[in-house]
Amino acid sequence: MGREPFEVVVERYGPMVLRVCWAVVGPTLADDAWSETFLAALRAYPELAPDSNVEAWLVTIARNKAIDQLRAQSRRPAPTERLPETIRWEEHDAGLDLWDALRRLPQKQRETVAYHFLAGLPYTEVARLLGGNPASARRAGADGIASLRSMLAPSAQEERSR
Amino acid sequence: MTGQDNPESDPFATVLGAEVDLSRLRLRLLAEAERDGLLDVVYRTVDAPVGRLLLAATRRGLVRVAYEVEGHDTVLATLAERISPRLLKAGSQLDAVAGQLDDYFSRVRSRFDVDLDLRLASRFRLTVLEHLREIPYGGTASYAAVAALAGSPRAVRAVGTACATNPLPVVVPCHRVVRSDGGIGRYVGGDDAKRTLLRLEGAI
Repeated sequence: MGREPFEVVVERYGPMVLRVCWAVVGPTLADDAWSETFLAALRAYPELAPDSNVEAWLVTIARNKAIDQLRAQSRRPAPTERLPETIRWEEHDAGLDLWDALRRLPQKQRETVAYHFLAGLPYTEVARLLGGNPASARRAGADGIASLRSMLAPSAQEERSR
Repeated sequence: MTGQDNPESDPFATVLGAEVDLSRLRLRLLAEAERDGLLDVVYRTVDAPVGRLLLAATRRGLVRVAYEVEGHDTVLATLAERISPRLLKAGSQLDAVAGQLDDYFSRVRSRFDVDLDLRLASRFRLTVLEHLREIPYGGTASYAAVAALAGSPRAVRAVGTACATNPLPVVVPCHRVVRSDGGIGRYVGGDDAKRTLLRLEGAI
């Protein structure tokens, strides 16, 4: 049994990868990170071992592309913030608040939150991606979610809008 | 397991649970894949009087036309295995072929002018397919006649197999091959589809 058509991979994992990119690089760069991820995945796909975990493979590529985007951005002058076009928000403000909170997290926490909570990777996989052990990944995930929750709590938001 | 591990209660559920529209990113992926020579197989469907047809093409040309009864998902899986798993839904790549099929089914076109990739047929079957294109629109030929055309007059059953496994039905007209006793014979798209095509062409 060979690999499935790549179209199936895009269909099944495209939205997940976009959310992961969004959480790691933010709304402005998420589309570029997604595009580079799927182009690189398409290139390598025929050589992927048939029994591979496609989801973890994609997240690994997405992480590399996201980190590339962040490095390139730090070398560029600050871009003007624009609204994401691809993820359709129920409320635009909620999306911007979330990114505003995510960008305040230490990078390891932000990435852990993305790979565990958005991509659904188990902490053992997250630890393999980020280095360290599953216990520290679990801690980073829990701390990240706790910080996000307190930053996004209605009282904290009122505080910030004052 | 703490409550905080539960994705239901995570702060993304409300925002990132929103619907994701990938159509623009998909178009960009197709364009960049084409630019980089990574678009090995593209496909789309067209609605026709014989049901929905799947069209698939490689860089060489149209490689597969499939009836719904063949199972489009099964056909795509086979193409991924036999040609390349770099298989994506087409943008505009197959619009010209689809247009010619529309014209054919509207009786404004009697022959197809498209590049064909016949890699899914080999040896005698390939020889048969090449001769099928000599049967004109509106005409028919018997399995025995096609066997003779292909240079193996006794290979009548093999002609039947070649027609039954034709990777490009409609475009390579295996529907014009009929039985010597006047019956229309079997067809990869079903007997009704064969009758529809022969009536469309005025052959019966």
